[in-house]
Amino acid sequence: MSGASQPAAPKRNASPRIDLATVRRDFPILQNEVNGKPLVYLDSAATSQKPQQVIDAITGYYETINANVHRGVHTLSVAATDAYEGAREKVRQFLGAGDITEVVFLRGTTEGVNLVAQTYGRANVKSGDEVVISAMEHHSNIVPWQMLCEEKGAVLRVAPMDEKGDLIVDEYSALLSDRTKIVALTHVANALGTVNPIARLIAIAHERGIPVLVDGAQAAPHIAIDVQKLDADFYTFSAHKAYGPTGIGALYVKNSILESMPPYQGGGDMIASVTFEKTTYNRLPHRFEAGTPNIAGAIGLGAAIDYITTAGISRIAAHENIVVQYAIDMLSEMRDVRLIGTPKHRAGVVSFVIEGVHPHDAGTIIDQEGVAIRAGHHCSQPVMDFYKVPATCRASFGIYNSRDDVDRLVAAIARVQEVFS
Amino acid sequence: MSDMRELYQEIILDHHKKPRNFGKLEGANHHSEGYNPLCGDRVTVYLLVENDTIVDIGFVGTGCAICTASSSVMTEALKGKKIDEANDIFGKFHDLMMGPPDEVANVDGMGKLAVFHGVREYPVRIKCATLPWHTFRAALDEEADPVSTE
Repeated sequence: MSGASQPAAPKRNASPRIDLATVRRDFPILQNEVNGKPLVYLDSAATSQKPQQVIDAITGYYETINANVHRGVHTLSVAATDAYEGAREKVRQFLGAGDITEVVFLRGTTEGVNLVAQTYGRANVKSGDEVVISAMEHHSNIVPWQMLCEEKGAVLRVAPMDEKGDLIVDEYSALLSDRTKIVALTHVANALGTVNPIARLIAIAHERGIPVLVDGAQAAPHIAIDVQKLDADFYTFSAHKAYGPTGIGALYVKNSILESMPPYQGGGDMIASVTFEKTTYNRLPHRFEAGTPNIAGAIGLGAAIDYITTAGISRIAAHENIVVQYAIDMLSEMRDVRLIGTPKHRAGVVSFVIEGVHPHDAGTIIDQEGVAIRAGHHCSQPVMDFYKVPATCRASFGIYNSRDDVDRLVAAIARVQEVFS
Repeated sequence: MSDMRELYQEIILDHHKKPRNFGKLEGANHHSEGYNPLCGDRVTVYLLVENDTIVDIGFVGTGCAICTASSSVMTEALKGKKIDEANDIFGKFHDLMMGPPDEVANVDGMGKLAVFHGVREYPVRIKCATLPWHTFRAALDEEADPVSTE
């Protein structure tokens, strides 16, 4: 694997389990106190914390090889370009893409969805056509399609989910028709933790020749991704939810589609030649990366991928599943605590409400106990409407969380109930 | 621990559980809806204003304890007040919320409204407390349209 340059711990790789104590030491922020208590961070679905390895990679770039990419003849520019393109290769491997030209760097998942809607979408969706999404999408996989449909006079159709928070596959299947020009689905639902049977959903769409975009924002830190096995046409994720920095992410586009996609933004780096009469565009994937990119961010993302790969995504998932299941068990036993969403397959997220207490009040009191959770609609207002709640409390988990963290959460919820009793 | 009792005082919890003047006010001649998209707090304030006096006031909505209690206490504080007096109380409450969090709040003459002094230590919660007050002002400023236009 590409982690050769990292201080990889082979012992960790050999074990079937992650070494939690070592992992926790990797994350400097976890050594801090919040409101006078050791921090318990249960908001990784909003953004994960960053290990020292990622922080060092970013600092190291600025301290030793900072230069612009793809244009300099000098040594630093070559080094920066190598590091930037090296990070692209790491993303290719992380996603299981066949070719490095299929990997576009951008700001994150939101920009990935917007890019596809504004390029592939505008070129292929026409008046009367349909775009299909699901009922559990994040706003970022709803609004770009609404904007496209409004512009084109197309129709946005929504595949429903059941009470548990699982997509109703038969109804999804029945929604697809000759009018459907693209399907956009989340791999893992951010408000509920539902893991969609994404390979099957893609196969169903492909039977009708419909391409599928997958929002991988919540999947990347928890699930092994293989875009070729999934046969995804578009797959996008953000670094910052997967132990990398903010402001950087990637979009995979299948080669056969990428070639014919119109460019996104115009500017430097995306061109081959420019005159006032005519511009020819650069080769892939640079055609989609106008302007000086987030070089440090890409290098940080590469380091985050190294971190995940070194720990092992299956070991991370196994560890998180134990902690998440413990959280479900403990919260289910608490009086007046109700889980929102009980999907068959879940990754990283437990949403709940405390009867008689608004999530914002709960969030404030839980924070005073040093436990960081999210309280709100999680940028998924349609999901809140479905469950007829204005908001939920959401505990979300990462590689560094433990059952002790769950115990601290449970104690904090008990404190909420005491205040409101 | 005591911090939380400072924020969630008995009066606040009481008004949260049993909000006063809750319900759509029949015969109201002013109303406005306020919404905090951050947390989903939603409140509609109804006013019956006659001769520059708030003869009656009511509210409906869903929100956190701070928002609901603030709405409820506000209706008690404003009912029967002249518009000028109401604006004066609004100003005082606004100052209470926006004052420096590390300074002891001056709550002289604020009556029950003083229980909200702890909110300003929690910047993300200030909007919860001020939402009903801004909604009240919006209701007051609107044309005296009949409520039924909605």
